[in-house]
Amino acid sequence: MSESGGRAAGRIATDEPRKPAFRFTKAQSITLVFGCTILGAAAQILIKTGAGNLRGAGALEMLANVHLLAGYCLYGLSTVLLVLALRDGELSILYPVISLTFVWVTVLSSVLFGEAVTANKLAGIAMIVAGVGILGAGGTPAPVQRGSSG
Amino acid sequence: MKTPLSSILLVLLASFIGSFGAVLLKAGAARLHGAWQSLVFNYRLGAGVAFFLLSSYFFVLGVREGELSVLYPMVSLGYVWTLLWSRVFFGEAFTRGKFLGLGMILSGIVLLYAGNR
Repeated sequence: MSESGGRAAGRIATDEPRKPAFRFTKAQSITLVFGCTILGAAAQILIKTGAGNLRGAGALEMLANVHLLAGYCLYGLSTVLLVLALRDGELSILYPVISLTFVWVTVLSSVLFGEAVTANKLAGIAMIVAGVGILGAGGTPAPVQRGSSG
Repeated sequence: MKTPLSSILLVLLASFIGSFGAVLLKAGAARLHGAWQSLVFNYRLGAGVAFFLLSSYFFVLGVREGELSVLYPMVSLGYVWTLLWSRVFFGEAFTRGKFLGLGMILSGIVLLYAGNR
């Protein structure tokens, strides 16, 4: 909006993709996604804690629940960071990293809520992680040299 | 059963609703261009966010009871819906890899469910 007059109008008309102000390296993208998985898992723990404290099923009660609010703020933050990381990163590598959230949630649920880590859970999560990884790999052209071409 | 079936169904419903959120965001994002109006007056993006909020509502109801380590991985059913909608709404091709991934995710969810009985 700081731009005015003909320049701004010309830019809208040409409709060319805007260049991002900065780019992440591959290592930076993966590190960022890794951080997002930890934030995302922490968010799920907060959401579960908040949900467990609810008395009814009203949306207003949910909005007033500190744990739920904190959980969804964290979830939002991790999503925004994830989008930033995915913009420049290779999806085929990043999807399996995202699946780490399942691992953290399982570990934290065991430590904090005393949920048993069973063979079925481990096998189920391993299947899901592998499945998501295959989807991620199939989502981009086979030998990915770089991230997005934009 | 440590995790009630009602919780599982609520979480799966949340993943179903949330997948439409992703479709609407994608449709809305395709209509973004340089002008800020394309972001602010983009009803598809708005509807996408609304679907995500509705999805969150059911997810919260779902995780009130039961084990998070069973319920949270089941959210990945959303990937399966998204794959289906990508085909239906955006004409993205099904590939062998996508079918394999989809099958593995479904098997994982069945394993989690079976271990819970």
